[in-house]
Amino acid sequence: MIRQILNRLGQGLLVLFVLFTLTFFLVRLLPTGPFKTERAIPEHIQAKMEAYYGLDQPLLVQYQRRLTNLVSGDLGSSLRLEGREVGEIIRQSFPVSLQLGLVAIMLAIAIGVPLGILAAWRKNSLIDYGAMALAMVGICIPSFVIGPLLADQFGRRLEVLPAMGWNPFSPVYWLLPAFTLGLISAAYLSRLTRAGMLETLNQDFVRTARAKGVGEARILFRHCLRGGLIPAVAYIGPAFAAVISGSLVIESIFAIPGLGTHFIKAMETGDEPVITGVVLLYGSLITLANIATDLLGLWLNPRLRTTG
Amino acid sequence: MTPTELEKGTSLWHDAALRLRKNHAAMTGVVVLAIVFLSCLVLPSIPGLLQDPNAQALDLKNRPPSGEHWFGTDHLGRDIFSRVLYGGRISIAVGIITTAVSVTIGVCWGALAGYAGGRADDAMMRVVDILYALPFLVIVILLGKALDPITADLTNGAVDLFAGEGATVAEQNDTRTWVEPITTLVPLFIAIGALSWLTVSRIVRAQVQNVGKQEFIEAARSLGLGHARILFRHILPNALGPIIVYTTLTIPGIMLFEATLSFLGLGVKPPNSSWGILIEEGANRMASNPWLLFFPSLFFASTLFALNFLGDGLRDALDPKSSKD
Repeated sequence: MIRQILNRLGQGLLVLFVLFTLTFFLVRLLPTGPFKTERAIPEHIQAKMEAYYGLDQPLLVQYQRRLTNLVSGDLGSSLRLEGREVGEIIRQSFPVSLQLGLVAIMLAIAIGVPLGILAAWRKNSLIDYGAMALAMVGICIPSFVIGPLLADQFGRRLEVLPAMGWNPFSPVYWLLPAFTLGLISAAYLSRLTRAGMLETLNQDFVRTARAKGVGEARILFRHCLRGGLIPAVAYIGPAFAAVISGSLVIESIFAIPGLGTHFIKAMETGDEPVITGVVLLYGSLITLANIATDLLGLWLNPRLRTTG
Repeated sequence: MTPTELEKGTSLWHDAALRLRKNHAAMTGVVVLAIVFLSCLVLPSIPGLLQDPNAQALDLKNRPPSGEHWFGTDHLGRDIFSRVLYGGRISIAVGIITTAVSVTIGVCWGALAGYAGGRADDAMMRVVDILYALPFLVIVILLGKALDPITADLTNGAVDLFAGEGATVAEQNDTRTWVEPITTLVPLFIAIGALSWLTVSRIVRAQVQNVGKQEFIEAARSLGLGHARILFRHILPNALGPIIVYTTLTIPGIMLFEATLSFLGLGVKPPNSSWGILIEEGANRMASNPWLLFFPSLFFASTLFALNFLGDGLRDALDPKSSKD
């Protein structure tokens, strides 16, 4: 078990290395650069600035230097925002994105899982069709249509919720963006929960339980829930990845000062250290979420433990 | 059952077709897809039927839907009906090309890994695991920006090639309008296809492993058939069901992805349109001109609905054992 976790962590490090290399060389291909501004900078000053940041060195030397710095935990400092370290930028904006993402995932679970259980419990009824149609809406209508619609309706017409902005201490600001962000995951979770519950409800032990006269609610929640949730739990890792990508879009719709906003800005200016820092952070989060998902799966499904 | 029906017998595919035809949601999907695809492919090809999607008429700007402009006009007086149909061509083409790339790579990779087994399988699946952990959208945004200068060169080269030497500026611009969407999108979406084959490869690998254990494969091997023949003629056809299902479900995913990229300002460049761009433009002017958001979203969402329902229907029809996810 512990060996398995260590193995996965080692693989995670490999992922980060691949990510760093990919980002490093892709950024060099960007047409924009931190010093390629509209204002013409005199050549000797540009050369000095590039020398200061080590950008005049051969590519492989730069690569090696960045890599050794990264290994020792130094993410470097922003090329665009003078004197600001990448670590500091991340410390400031990541909590916002993390909060948004966690609220979105919790909303997705709170909506998707009960909907799936309900649909499986009343299979082929109006409830089932309604719930699955709703899930299809969540999958097919992109967040950048739903987001502005909700912001317009609740924010500007009804004026019950703020249409944009962020306040970490006031849940009314979280509701619209987190709902929009979590919707697609909620849709997939409800489909997976329904499928898992249906499969478990078809098992022999459920028939035995019914024959013994166990009540429906007890069958559903005591006997079937744990087994029926396995496919949904396996989806939490991918859902986390979906939320991370989605937050780039959501943050720009609702004007939230999170990591995604910084990433888009850094992309526009070719600010390599910031881009690399954000990409590596996302990569580590996804890796950790995948490991956590596997562990949860093992806990729910003891049959996996012996084979793994 | 009549005797002739009995004589014919029912193949697996025939069975599946019967099951699919009973699925109302999937059949509605087929009809909707046929309507959308045909109108996007055929109507713009009929000369003189639609207005030029990029022609501006500033005296006709921001008109609501009418007999003249069925879907209204935008802030530059461009006809939304024709922009939606022309944009649809791009969105559909992107969905199909990218899916083709992704499914081809995924099927080959998964089949080879599943058939080879052992160390090679371990190594190939390790690559899949690593790629799975990449933050996909972020990498694609980077890739899209990095490809920009390359696609610009490609566009200029293609314009010179097709407009011919000594073409006037107007002729060059005409050529550019249809060349540019292709040259800017194809490299990006081939790259996306090349990154999104992971799930297909896992599905195919599992299928190939299952089929490969069966006795008729053993029989084929004892007859002395080569590896390539066994893999492509005997194993893969048996894995076709899940591949078809997955392909149908990948197209809407890729179309959604294209729309997201367009929304973030990557992908198709104005004045050309795709459904993603039209939706983005519509979302910005939603309060005053709701038709700008409504019609592109309607086409986009119904295509996605139709493809997803068809994919679900195909899954139930081709692979009755597997459950919906």
